[in-house]
Amino acid sequence: MLRFLVGRIGLLIPTFIGVTLVAFSFIRLLPGDPLDLLAGERGIDPERKAELLRQMGFDKPMWQQYLMYLGDILQGDLGTSFVSKKPVLTEFLTLFPATVELALCAILLAVLLGIPAGIFAAVKRGSFFDQSIMGTALVGYSMPIFWWGLLLIILFSGILQWTPVSGRISLIYFFPQDTGFMLIDSLRSGEKGAFASAVRHLILPSVVLATIPLAVIARQTRSAMLEVLGEDYVRTARAKGLSPLRVIGLHALRNALIPVITTIGLQVGVLLAGAILTETIFSWPGIGKWLVDSISRRDYFVVQGALLLIAAIVMIVNLIVDVLYGLVNPRIRHT
Amino acid sequence: MTEASATQTPATETAVAAKLASESRNATKAMLTEFWYYFSQNRGAVIGLAFFLALVVVAVFAPLVAPHAPDTQYRDSFLTPPVWEAGGKAAFLLGTDAVGRDILSRLIYGARYSLFIGVIVVTIALSGGIVLGVIAGYFRGAVDTFIMRVMDIILAFPSLLLALVLVAILGPGLTNAMIAIALVLQPHFVRLTRAAVLSERNRDYVVAARLAGAGNMRLMFKTILPNCLSPLIVQATLSFSSAILDAAALGFLGMGAQPPTPEWGTMLAEAREFILRAWWVVTFPGLAILITVLAINLVGDGLRDALDPKLKRS
Repeated sequence: MLRFLVGRIGLLIPTFIGVTLVAFSFIRLLPGDPLDLLAGERGIDPERKAELLRQMGFDKPMWQQYLMYLGDILQGDLGTSFVSKKPVLTEFLTLFPATVELALCAILLAVLLGIPAGIFAAVKRGSFFDQSIMGTALVGYSMPIFWWGLLLIILFSGILQWTPVSGRISLIYFFPQDTGFMLIDSLRSGEKGAFASAVRHLILPSVVLATIPLAVIARQTRSAMLEVLGEDYVRTARAKGLSPLRVIGLHALRNALIPVITTIGLQVGVLLAGAILTETIFSWPGIGKWLVDSISRRDYFVVQGALLLIAAIVMIVNLIVDVLYGLVNPRIRHT
Repeated sequence: MTEASATQTPATETAVAAKLASESRNATKAMLTEFWYYFSQNRGAVIGLAFFLALVVVAVFAPLVAPHAPDTQYRDSFLTPPVWEAGGKAAFLLGTDAVGRDILSRLIYGARYSLFIGVIVVTIALSGGIVLGVIAGYFRGAVDTFIMRVMDIILAFPSLLLALVLVAILGPGLTNAMIAIALVLQPHFVRLTRAAVLSERNRDYVVAARLAGAGNMRLMFKTILPNCLSPLIVQATLSFSSAILDAAALGFLGMGAQPPTPEWGTMLAEAREFILRAWWVVTFPGLAILITVLAINLVGDGLRDALDPKLKRS
């Protein structure tokens, strides 16, 4: 197991170096240099510019700049936002819990609905239920989620007036946000109605973000179940006279879930990409909206930092999923 | 060429060649018939294909089909609702947008953009992916490691994020959005091609071709590649729909096609501020994206079932 783990981490290092190269080149590939972008249309005095460039190390050879950049990253310095003048890492850490809260709710929703739906469809293969579940899943899989979000806003916020249009909590509540997770903070504040308000703000964005993972998980669960249900040990279990519930729930499901775990892990990238759109639509103050706003404000150090951090998160989660997969499936470990 | 065939008269030689050619034609025909048999078993796939072909026809003949020009502004009809709603006009079946343009006509012209995006993106990603994948799988070693590590790096970024950043570098616009999306979709083709080439490269027919003196290029692209196509066809179909979705998402974020282009995602972005006042300006462009992507995904599912020999026999 240790060898497996070390091997997987070893594979990550070149990828991570590549990711830093991408993030590093990003600022240098932009048309114009960062100072011109910063100065905007006002322009900047050439002498002052040369001095600033020297201060920022932009006059050094590329490889030296890259090494400096790597050194900064390792010390946790990802640069400073042009707009807020705050360190990029600080901004990221303040906004990240909002995205995590949203993504966790979404993946929870997707797993809780997707796995039972997939099992049900597999067990009733070819029936009306199977066809409707898989049809719905394909629609979900094909959904442009930015439009789906707008539709839900029209229906639930516009016509029915059940849910708010944007934000994480109603503005009338004010309490310290220690954890950054609105559900926890609002509960701890003890303010009446705060928790309910947080939940109502969370519902629509979670549903929108969950849509594609839900469809993917349902489809994957169904095909994994179908494969397992044809295996000999399932037939043996049936022949022994075990109840269908026990055969499906215990013998089949356990083995079918192995590939599903990987699928769930792979949804992290989907969730983070989805967060870019979902947070923009619902004005959810997380890293997705932060990124889009920074691109349109040309706050490029933020974009660079976010690029690196998001890729790092995806890589770490994929590593964890790989290791979990190795734990539940010994065959993988030894190949 | 062996001595025996060299002594044959030219007449018999052409006869043999003609017979071989007709046999190969028959084999191809039989293969296509078999493929169509399995594909047409899947009702959803056939419906998807029919819708897709209809969309192609509408897009090609857009100027003939569309009731209005996509950018004509009717100053007396801002935000006219669809014809079945109170206040709707027969001239504008699906209503008009905030500057009085006919939504149906814009959707019809928008189909051209979406299909064009799909074709271009898939062509770039597929051809680049095949070349890199075949090289990696055929030569192995350092070349393989290098190519696959670069693909890992691309895959470490969520696709939309990387596409957004690439567009920030290249500048917003439809062409740059297509390049960015193609680059992001490419690793999937590289991986698939490489895996298929790896499983084929030591088969007997490849060894035989090599012994007969086939060079690397011939072995890679004429001997091995045609036997690796099934998964690539399925992936190309699914990428076609991802390309349309991603381009629409970029358009929606203001980084893809720019207004007044009637691209569906861009139309949605323009319509956003009217969502609570005029549902139709938001609903129809999104519905167009959804149905198109759904149709292509249905075809993709059907192709996978028809081309996958494992599923066929079950």
